[in-house]
Amino acid sequence: MSKFMAWVDERFPATKVWEEHLAKYYAPKNFNFWYYFGSLATVLLVLQILTGIFLTIHYKPDVELAFASVEYIMRDVQWGWLIRYMHTTGASFFFIVIYLHMFRALLYGSHRKPRELIWLIGCVIYVALMAESFMGYLLPWGNMSYWGAQVIISLFTAIPLVGEGLAEWVRGDYVISDATLNRFFAFHVILIPLILAALVFLHIVALHKVGSNNPDGIDIKKNKDAKGVPVDGIPFHPYYTVKDLVGLVVFLILFCLVLFFLPEFFGIFLEKDNFAPASALQTPEDIVPLWYFTPYYSILRANTVNFFWIDAKLWGVIFMGLAIALFFVLPWLDRSPVRSIRYRGFQYKLWLTLFVISFIVLGYLGFKNPDNVDLFLFKNVIWAQIFTIIYFLFFFLLPFYSKSEKTKPVPERVNFK
Amino acid sequence: MIDDRVDNGRRRFLTAVTGGMGVIGGVFAATPFVLSMAPSERAKAAGAPVEIDISKLEPGQMIKEIWRGNPVWVVSRTPEMIESLQQVEGELRDPDSDNSIQPGFAQNDYRSLKPEILVLIGICTHLGCSPVQKFAIGPESGISDDWPGGFFCPCHGSKFDLAGRVYQQVPAPTNMVVPPYKYISDSLILIGEVGEA
Repeated sequence: MSKFMAWVDERFPATKVWEEHLAKYYAPKNFNFWYYFGSLATVLLVLQILTGIFLTIHYKPDVELAFASVEYIMRDVQWGWLIRYMHTTGASFFFIVIYLHMFRALLYGSHRKPRELIWLIGCVIYVALMAESFMGYLLPWGNMSYWGAQVIISLFTAIPLVGEGLAEWVRGDYVISDATLNRFFAFHVILIPLILAALVFLHIVALHKVGSNNPDGIDIKKNKDAKGVPVDGIPFHPYYTVKDLVGLVVFLILFCLVLFFLPEFFGIFLEKDNFAPASALQTPEDIVPLWYFTPYYSILRANTVNFFWIDAKLWGVIFMGLAIALFFVLPWLDRSPVRSIRYRGFQYKLWLTLFVISFIVLGYLGFKNPDNVDLFLFKNVIWAQIFTIIYFLFFFLLPFYSKSEKTKPVPERVNFK
Repeated sequence: MIDDRVDNGRRRFLTAVTGGMGVIGGVFAATPFVLSMAPSERAKAAGAPVEIDISKLEPGQMIKEIWRGNPVWVVSRTPEMIESLQQVEGELRDPDSDNSIQPGFAQNDYRSLKPEILVLIGICTHLGCSPVQKFAIGPESGISDDWPGGFFCPCHGSKFDLAGRVYQQVPAPTNMVVPPYKYISDSLILIGEVGEA
């Protein structure tokens, strides 16, 4: 065996890569629950690609055939229902995992210097994932697929001068049509998965260059033993590969519960209107995007006032874009001397809590008719406006209080029991 | 004889020029791919203007045609129908069509080129359902005892008058869209192009 590896190592850095990234990659020993989601996201990416390949074997990207081919997969293809439900459940779980993964960064300051590039690449992955799922959602050619795409692509038309032409270029037609379905299929199965795979590679390369952060937000490389190994570090393999496997087992239990017993998840993972084929003449009662887009959809609809000579519709698009774009500059908005929430002051804890609440409430309101009263006192649109303001205040106030607020002293070594 | 001195300035210049040419070439090479995504000739033909023959359209009747995947309605309005447009003005959200979409020529009391012929895109401005015609007046319409005739959207109950103008207190925000159109002759309308009447 060692002879064989020596032969390979002369021609390809197999042992070197193995040691650098697994066997001698020293991660802080105090990782907790929040550190499962990176590896879970990788597992889900593999699952989506694998199930996706098997779906393309039977799926037909043609407006006449698409809906029926999905039903064919569900009813006639051996185990087709399982493969498709894995793909649809996997898509929703992917976003759950990604949102928790991003929240972990906000908790422990994993996006702060020197890990800004890891965060930036991650933000691009998030945007690519949104494009991937948006295009994938058109493919079953259900009625919600059709009208969801109609509404989102018509957002381009809010852009002055070029908007209408841009929307036509994206659709390849004047309406959502066969041309649109065919190109969304191409992007969903080839272009974006390639981009995603490349981005995930870059994300990990950047992470392994600077090393992982930890719940205490302190630098373990400052404290090394005689061999140059961080005293608070343990090799990723076998310690964290085994820990992540335990996390994966728990995750798979939850995943299978939904997969086998609640694949539609109360009409949230698979919307009821999508069980009818697309029809240009029959709009669904309420056009609702997929659950992981509803916070942004709420922000879009919360803009109901024309001001500065700009139409409310265009403001909605601008603020929706800004709501995502602000994530990219977060490492530079935060000026706190410490990374982890364990040593930060009261204000960051308060605003992070408010931000999470506003994200969840906006997500809830995205399902609801703006003119109804589903919470209390005010119409939904008023609540959406209130929480949109809180959402943006989290970003805009951060540079001010993060520099001045009182922090607790950071320990020399990580907390570990 | 080989001169082994390196002229770095010259080398940088040549590299920059070569790189610049490469970028220009790249733009040219990318053009066909970008343009291939625009509407194809077949899509353009399907999106081309459509002619509607209204010679057999009697007053009080409506015909439907498809243009760019959307239903287009042509209504021949009777004098009573035209009169009703003024009576309902007080109940409308946007009676002068200031916030609605129509070609400039149709932003008038009738929302049309000729008062008696109405051309509309038959899509509700709320969420894109297709409203139904309710030309019957009063209780017979099944809407209200004083209904003057118009359009009713079954999805969320939006109501429009006989010029496609939206009533107050309904979910639709704006009047129904008037497409660009022109008369080729007295009995032939071309949908999708504006021009001299």
